[in-house]
Amino acid sequence: MLFKHRHILGTRQLSADDITLILDTAERFREINLREIKKVPVLRGKTVINLFYEASTRTRTSFEIAEKRLSADAINITASASSVVKGETLADTARNLEAMRPDVIVVRHAASGAAEYLSRKLSSCAIINAGDGAHEHPSQALLDALTIRRHKGRVAGLEVAIIGDIAHSRVVRSNLYALTALGARVRLCGPGTMMPSAMEQLGARLCCSMEEALEGADVVMMLRIQRERQGRTLLPSLREYSRFYGLDNKKLRLAKADALVMHPGPMNRGVEISSEVGDGAQSVILDQVENGVAVRMALLYLVGAPAPNEEG
Amino acid sequence: MNRGIVLFDRAAIRRMLTRIAHEILEKNRGTDDLVVLGIPRGGEMVAVELAKVLEDIEKVPIPCGSLDITLYRDDLGWRTIRPLHKTEMPVSPENGRVVLVDDVFFTGRTVRAALDALMDLGRPRTIQLAVLIDRGHRELPIRPDYVGRDIPTARDEDICVDFDENGLANAVRLIKPLKEQ
Repeated sequence: MLFKHRHILGTRQLSADDITLILDTAERFREINLREIKKVPVLRGKTVINLFYEASTRTRTSFEIAEKRLSADAINITASASSVVKGETLADTARNLEAMRPDVIVVRHAASGAAEYLSRKLSSCAIINAGDGAHEHPSQALLDALTIRRHKGRVAGLEVAIIGDIAHSRVVRSNLYALTALGARVRLCGPGTMMPSAMEQLGARLCCSMEEALEGADVVMMLRIQRERQGRTLLPSLREYSRFYGLDNKKLRLAKADALVMHPGPMNRGVEISSEVGDGAQSVILDQVENGVAVRMALLYLVGAPAPNEEG
Repeated sequence: MNRGIVLFDRAAIRRMLTRIAHEILEKNRGTDDLVVLGIPRGGEMVAVELAKVLEDIEKVPIPCGSLDITLYRDDLGWRTIRPLHKTEMPVSPENGRVVLVDDVFFTGRTVRAALDALMDLGRPRTIQLAVLIDRGHRELPIRPDYVGRDIPTARDEDICVDFDENGLANAVRLIKPLKEQ
């Protein structure tokens, strides 16, 4: 069994076999997360740095729990409480951290390409991308794929509708690569100001209305409207957005009766998703969070497992 | 292909398991709290058959599960990522009489890892070890309680247990290293 990736920079680089290996590995880690003693010694003695330049609760906690359950030593660095505020560049920060000999750096940064940049600057540790700008968020897409596979038994052949701010979403890109690699068909829908046209070239179908996107969908993935960023300039009003692109029970009935409702969090209740749907029977939003820990354990295991006889 | 020499066939393996089953029942004075746990993959299949043999003798159900040890290995290697197997506990090992099962017993490192893995799942009253073949070359102070057969081997030889599509062991083969051409 070979996993040839030294870093996890995006899902674009991953083949269907790679993704299946990651999901199968995550399935095994799910079982460990249900035990009384939720810890295995596989990364004992390894140091993992979580370098977060953007606010995050879910992703950072999820990575930290994953690291601790694998017995790695986890260190958290948040930009607001570090030398970043003193003006240090990303490369300098990373080189200084590398000098302390970590084995894995998990990085989140507002700039697209930040994770790949670090992987080229640093030679001695593995990089896991925890979200870079509007580029990729691979662990999110992989936990989405795991959640879909667990509920539907497969990913191939499913119709997945992703709705919201397509242009600024790293979740969309990573999901598009991962889900199409696994054989799903992806439809994208959002307001004109949030829809890049080139997405078709990545194998997605662009839908003009939410109704068109929902029709017969097996999975409905709602994206968060980033109120703090795009909300003001790209949308006339949140209420209007909610009317055309928010998911409520009435719109959900257009999808298949057993369609899954997903959301990467945090939810803006009443904006892109109504509370009745977000908390409803078809929602698997908390399953996504649960699977997130297992998927991150799998990624850490695959890039961080001990290297006594490194070769090739 | 180097098929090696067949040392034992299906009938011989069946006899070994029947004898081991009787030894287990004798030593534990019955089946109370008995749990049979196989180490994937070979040991898991042997464990399933051993539990069946025990059930046939005693006419009571015997809990049987699997214990993956990959995350507890001391030789996890970079770039030869080992796929993880299932750990399935039919009952908690807490206070149980656990019989660990492996197909081929070699250095003892697999069993060392299994002991650690098992301790993280509970505290069994006793842990015993049953193996189909003991091929020698121990590197740790661990010995099996029940052995199908001792087969002294050279280090560069290999012992291979074949399973049929139903998971029944049907041959034990000794594979000698290919001669240098």
